[in-house]
Order: sequence, then structure tokens, then C-alpha cells
Amino acid sequence: MENQETTWKHVSFREHKGKYKGILAWILSTDHKRIGLLYFYTIIGFFLTGVCLGLAMKLELLAPGKTVMDAATYNAIFTLHGVIMIFLVVIPGLPAVFGNFMLPLMIGAKDVAFPRLNLLSWWVYVFGAIVALSSLFMQGGPPDTGWTFYAPYSFKTSTNMLPAVLGAFILGFSSILTGINFIVTIHRMRAPGMTWFKMPLFPWTLYGTAWIQILATPILAVTLMLIAGERLLNIGFFDPSLGGDPILYQHLFWIYSHPAVYIMILPAMGAISEIIPTFSNKSIFGYKVIVISTLAIAFVGYFVWGHHMFTSGMSGTALYTFSILTFLVAIPSAIKVFNWVSTMHKASIQLDPPFFWAVSFLFVFMIGGLSGLALGALSVNVHLHDTAFVVAHFHYIVFGGTGFAFMGAIHYWFPKMWGRMYNTRMATTGWIFFFIGFNTLYLPMFFLGVAGMPRRYYDYVDRFHGPNIISTIGSWVLFTGLMIIIVNLIHAAKNGPVASKDPWGGKTLEWTVDSPPTFENFEEIPVVEKGPYDYR
Amino acid sequence: MIEGSMNNASNFVETVDNAFIFIFGISLFFLFGITIVMVYFVIRYRKSKNPTATHIEGNTTLEIIWTVIPTILVVFMFYYGWSGWRFQRDAPEDAMSIKTIARMWSFSFQYDNGRITDTLYVPIHKPISLDLQAQDVIHSLYIPAFRLKQDMVPGKKDIVWFESGKEGEYEIFCAEYCGLRHSYMKTVVKVLSQEDFDKWNTVDTTAVVVDNTELGVRLAGKAIMRKYGCIACHTSDGSKLVGPSYKGVYGHKVTVIRDGEEVEVVADDEYIRRSIYEPNAEIVKGYSKGLMVSYKGQVTEDEITQLIEYFKSLSNN
Repeated sequence: MENQETTWKHVSFREHKGKYKGILAWILSTDHKRIGLLYFYTIIGFFLTGVCLGLAMKLELLAPGKTVMDAATYNAIFTLHGVIMIFLVVIPGLPAVFGNFMLPLMIGAKDVAFPRLNLLSWWVYVFGAIVALSSLFMQGGPPDTGWTFYAPYSFKTSTNMLPAVLGAFILGFSSILTGINFIVTIHRMRAPGMTWFKMPLFPWTLYGTAWIQILATPILAVTLMLIAGERLLNIGFFDPSLGGDPILYQHLFWIYSHPAVYIMILPAMGAISEIIPTFSNKSIFGYKVIVISTLAIAFVGYFVWGHHMFTSGMSGTALYTFSILTFLVAIPSAIKVFNWVSTMHKASIQLDPPFFWAVSFLFVFMIGGLSGLALGALSVNVHLHDTAFVVAHFHYIVFGGTGFAFMGAIHYWFPKMWGRMYNTRMATTGWIFFFIGFNTLYLPMFFLGVAGMPRRYYDYVDRFHGPNIISTIGSWVLFTGLMIIIVNLIHAAKNGPVASKDPWGGKTLEWTVDSPPTFENFEEIPVVEKGPYDYR
Repeated sequence: MIEGSMNNASNFVETVDNAFIFIFGISLFFLFGITIVMVYFVIRYRKSKNPTATHIEGNTTLEIIWTVIPTILVVFMFYYGWSGWRFQRDAPEDAMSIKTIARMWSFSFQYDNGRITDTLYVPIHKPISLDLQAQDVIHSLYIPAFRLKQDMVPGKKDIVWFESGKEGEYEIFCAEYCGLRHSYMKTVVKVLSQEDFDKWNTVDTTAVVVDNTELGVRLAGKAIMRKYGCIACHTSDGSKLVGPSYKGVYGHKVTVIRDGEEVEVVADDEYIRRSIYEPNAEIVKGYSKGLMVSYKGQVTEDEITQLIEYFKSLSNN
């Protein structure tokens, strides 16, 4: 406190003294950086829970028949794995952690537009998570419906499905609040001179994501109201025994949950668009094209939900319309990949861990995207629908895409967020294990799916045994990599060497402030004259 | 795609596999092509080799090329997928119709002559149309070797058809998650020559002559339980699945929940009949409501009598 007078401009936000002390200084803080870290710690907690559930599932599938658990446990575990990973980890993931922390820094603002609303959305998130997971401690146990809660099974099961759905409902509000906050921040708080097309790409993807969050999430709320009406007032919306239509439920569910996939992947693309130019020491190739493709994905993404229902018996017209739209939504993603790779042409590349994550992101994201083409074709989809192929495709996009981008982002912005540097050699070792483990885990699932193994399978026939063994071994390799990464980062956060303002040579505004930033980020709001990736 | 690819196990195999191979080939080309270029760039332009980057902001011609080419390719992929699929929905008029019922957790197949089996028997080289009906929750009929899948949605009628060109036995799975024993909901389709099929279709191998020996009673009981898929949830050896076992029930006291209250009843003939025709009126304590559907109109009175004899025999020793 004594030397506050002399150095107040250079006190890190982590040491900044506010109204509260101790833990309250964090959980009641309206500082976007502290809220970003609050999200980070909660999300990592849930992520590790989800990882353990995933490991348990893979262990069960090591051999046919009962391996370590009974079918009821397995069914509950894959449901929890899905609910936790989707609603608690991947949907908030990049926007809530890196969006909160970096958005104001990158556009030259002191905070987001509504700091209190921002804190509220973290609290709503925590409350929603508690509600969603409360079923674990209730009689009847956690739901066993899969994270999709398909009617009418979800109405018949004796497990506690309602808390999970209610939790998802509450989490939706957190998502909407963050979305509104980011849209207003981006519209109103950019630094002077930062025109729309001088804005870095990560904020651009947050902008696209925010619109999906506020436009698609309410559908989830509507669906829940209908479920409540059905259960409490016996109005038949979805349950055929009451005269309802189970297909209507699937439509409503996917009208939200498909755009949600783009909520997951767009900010990941944004993070990659930051990492690649920084480590290439070169302007990103086709800036405007990447911006436009981001908006195109956000827009077309609303109209492809039907491809989750190709075998549900929808009309032929609906099927081929959804099929062609699904193929079209692949184009903007392909364009992004071409632009990212072209950025490396005639570049001067620093080989550091964030860049390894970005390059491996491109590889796994391509596998995920290209396998999506097979699923988009109607006749092929009929064979592959609801098989392990879909599980592999989905994990290549969401874990391979978003997960690798998250890993890249944490290694990229770590020196800024914690003000310290990690051991790059150990980070690279962790990445190698993670990358090999990831592919060993999920590649065999493509083969299992092509061979006809349905998903959500507790037990399987003998001919599926081989690939399942490889897949399970992969899960252990991946976990080893993850542990190396986590140990390295925890160690660095405490004892790592102090990081400079701009350890990687990045050109965006967050690299012009202290590491870690001061409470108000900028001593003086910068005036922007050049584009975000000008390395000349 | 699976072993014996490009075969004629069903009339869809060739078109589906062709479309898959087309898409897979293009995907592999792009995956390896882009990866090789990327790795080359990383090595060629690493900082130690190329200390200063060249400033490039973009190239409109390239952007147009890599927008147009993928668009053309995906339109072809769409067309392949769609053209292979469109005739899957309309069965030929002369197709042989088989009523297909799915419920937790078994399939059953009902033929025009009234025969009901748990295994699908079909003749070779004849279009078969399956009338799909789900009785409780959504299931999905999946025959990987035929490249065939269709969801079975309760309250919604649908058909799926195929014509097999190769005798043999092929797996049938349920592809839509349907609860506890989802992964055990499977059976097989047997493709027979027309002669073998006719022979099977006239000699009812599932009907068992009822004689009064214990063996006869048990065989008849077991056949009925298989036919209606009871064994997916109930056992005859006392072990607990989703529903109670039949062993040692008949003639003994059972604690059931009726209208939310616990009552003790004796498992007599009437109790057995009620349990099959109105399964949710009384639920044995410790089991869940709503899992079993009424078998009224399916299990006949005669069959119930046979089942009662069977349950008696399971309670005697």
C-alpha cells in the first residue's frame, strides 16, 4: 500500500487492491481479467472431471462385456461427460476465458461495456453448473439419456433428467449475457482509429459468436418451457403417448445445438488466426476473407441443424436441402485453412509451443472437417449415422479443433495472463504426447464407425475389439501429455521466469501493455493507425 | 466399406460405397496435400533459415480459386450422396412386406401369415419392405452390411426397404440410444434362397407342441418369450435385469406398487395376465414404471395359458 503512490500505474491486476480482500477480491471482482481467470479455473475443473469420465468410458470399452462398470453406470457416465464437456466446458471455453481476458486488451479498452453484468454471467454459470450436476446427489442418480435428452426416452427414464435440463437452461442465460456484453463492447469501445477492418481476428470471431449466442440460445429456453409444460401440465408436445411429436423435440434441440457447435469453433479459429501471424512474423494472408468467412459460418450455421436428423424420417425435400447447406457451410472453413497455410508462405517462423498447437490444430481440424463431408452426403450418412464415426468426427472438431486451439491460446497468452514464462521444452514434450495420444484415441473410431459400431455402446461384438484396444491406449497417452502440460503450467505460474511485455513479438494491442496488465490495462488509450498484423 | 466391400449384400452397398470412396479419396488428397505443403513451409521458412518474412497481405486470384474449386467439389459430393439415397425411400410395389416392431430392447418381425420371430428371415433377390413400428422410445434399425438405417419413432409409421443379393447372416443393431440395454438390442437377418425361405415359411419352427411333460412346457414357454422379446428384460434363472425374473414368482407373494401404495399380492393366473396386458398398473417394488408396454393384441390368451404353465414349472423347484 505504501508504494502505491509511486508505482500505481504498474501494479498488476492480480495485486490490485479493491474493495474486498482475499477470495472475495476475486469472486466479486468486476475486472474482466479476473473474471476471465475465474472462468478459467472453473472450466479447467470441469474439464478435468469430463476427462476422467472419458477415461473411464474408454477403460470400459477396452474389452467386450463388463470390464470395470455396469451398463447403468456407463450410460450415466457418457451422459455426464457430454453435459459437462458441452455445456460447462466447450461452449463457454474460449469466449469466456480468453474473450473476457483479451477482448478489451485487444481493442484498446479498459474493460468490457458492462463489468457487473460480466460478473453476473460468471455467477449464473456457476449456479447453472451446480443445478446441472445436483442430480449426482439425488435419489435416482444422474441422467442416462445422453446429452441430447431425446424424447420420449428422456420422459421414461427413472433417472433425474430435469436438473440437467434446468441447468442447461440457466447456463444459457450466462451465455446470452456474455454475448450481449461482447457485442456492445465491440461496437462501442474500440480504441480511436480502430475501424472494423483494423480489428484483430480474435475479437471478430467473438463478435460472430456473440450473435449466435444471443440469437440461438433462447431456442433452448423455449424447448425447456415446452418440456416443463409437458411434464407439469400434461400437454403433449414431444411425448407420443400424449399425442406429441418426438421429431419436434429433435428439431428444437438442434436448432440451438447446431449453432452451438459454431459457438465452440469460431473463437478457436480466432485464436489460431492470432497465433499464426505472430509466430510467422508476417501479416495474415487474406484478412478480409477470413473476416467474411467468419460471418458466413455464423450465418449459414443456423440453417444446417437438420443434418443431425437424416435418418429420422424427415421429408426428402428437407433432407436434400439440409444436405446441400451442410456442404456449403464447409466452404468458409476450407477458405480459412487455405489462408492460414498461405500465411506461412515466405514467413519467418518461430518454432515455439503455441505455434506447434496451431499447426496441429490445422491437421486435426482438417480431419474433422473432411470427415464431416462424408457425413453430409445423404446415402453415406445413412450408413454412418449414430455410429462411432460421428463420435470421432465430433471429437476431431470439438476436442481437436476447439481443444487444441484452447491449448494453443493458453500457451500463447500465458505470459500475458500470469506474467511468467513456462518451460518451452516441457510444453513441447506435453504437446507431442497429447497429439499422438489424441490421434491414437480417435482415429480408430472412424474405422469402428465404418465397420458399423453404433455409438453410446456399453458392449460390442468381438469384431470391434481391436480398434477399441488401440483407442483406449490412446486415451492414456493423451492423459500423460495433459498431465505434463498442466504440471508445467502450474510450475510456471508460481516459479517461472518473469515475462516481458511482448515475448513472442506479437503486434496486437495486448502485447503493448504490462505482463500481467495493470488494473486499467492502458495508461493511455492507444490510437490505432495500422492494421492488426503489420510486421513491416 | 466393411469386409467384403463392394458386395451385393444389399442393393445399396455399391452406391453408398462408391459415394464414400469418392469423398474419402478427395478428402485424403486434400488432407495430405495441405499437410505436406504446411510442413514444407514450416521447415523451409523457419526463422533460422529465413530471418525476414516477406510482407504479403493476400491474393485475390488465389482466394477465388480456392473458393470455387471446393464449391464445385462439394456440389459433386452432394449429388453423389443424394442420388445414392433417393431411391432408398420408395419401395417397389411388389416388395414383400414384413412388420417390424422395436421395443426396449428387442426387435421382432411379423410376417403376413401371422408368424412372429426375433430373427429376420428374407429370401434372396426379392425386394423386402420393413414396416417400422416403435412401441416405447425411439430405436433405429441398423444393418451395417446392407448400409441401411432408419429411425423407428413411436407414433410415426415409416418403411425401409432393401433387396439382398447374397445369402448369409448379417448383424442388426439398434443405432439410437434407447436406455439401459441399448447395446444388447441386436439380432440378425438371414438371407435364404427362395426354396429355403419357402420351407422355413411353411414349417413353423417356432411353434412348439404342448405336451404335459415339464420339458414340453418349458420349451413352449421359452419359445413364446423369445418370440415377443421378453428375454431382453426378464430372465428365467432368477437374475435381475430391468424387469423381475420369472423364477419362483408363480404362487408366491409379491410386493407391488399400485397407485403409489405398496401392496402384497399373490402371483396367480390373474396377476400374470395383468402383468402382460396392463404392465404399468402394478409395478414390482424396486423396478421402474413405464418401461414395458402392454402386449394386449399380441400375446394371445392361449399363449398366456402356456406361459402360466411355464412359470409354474419354474416355481416348483
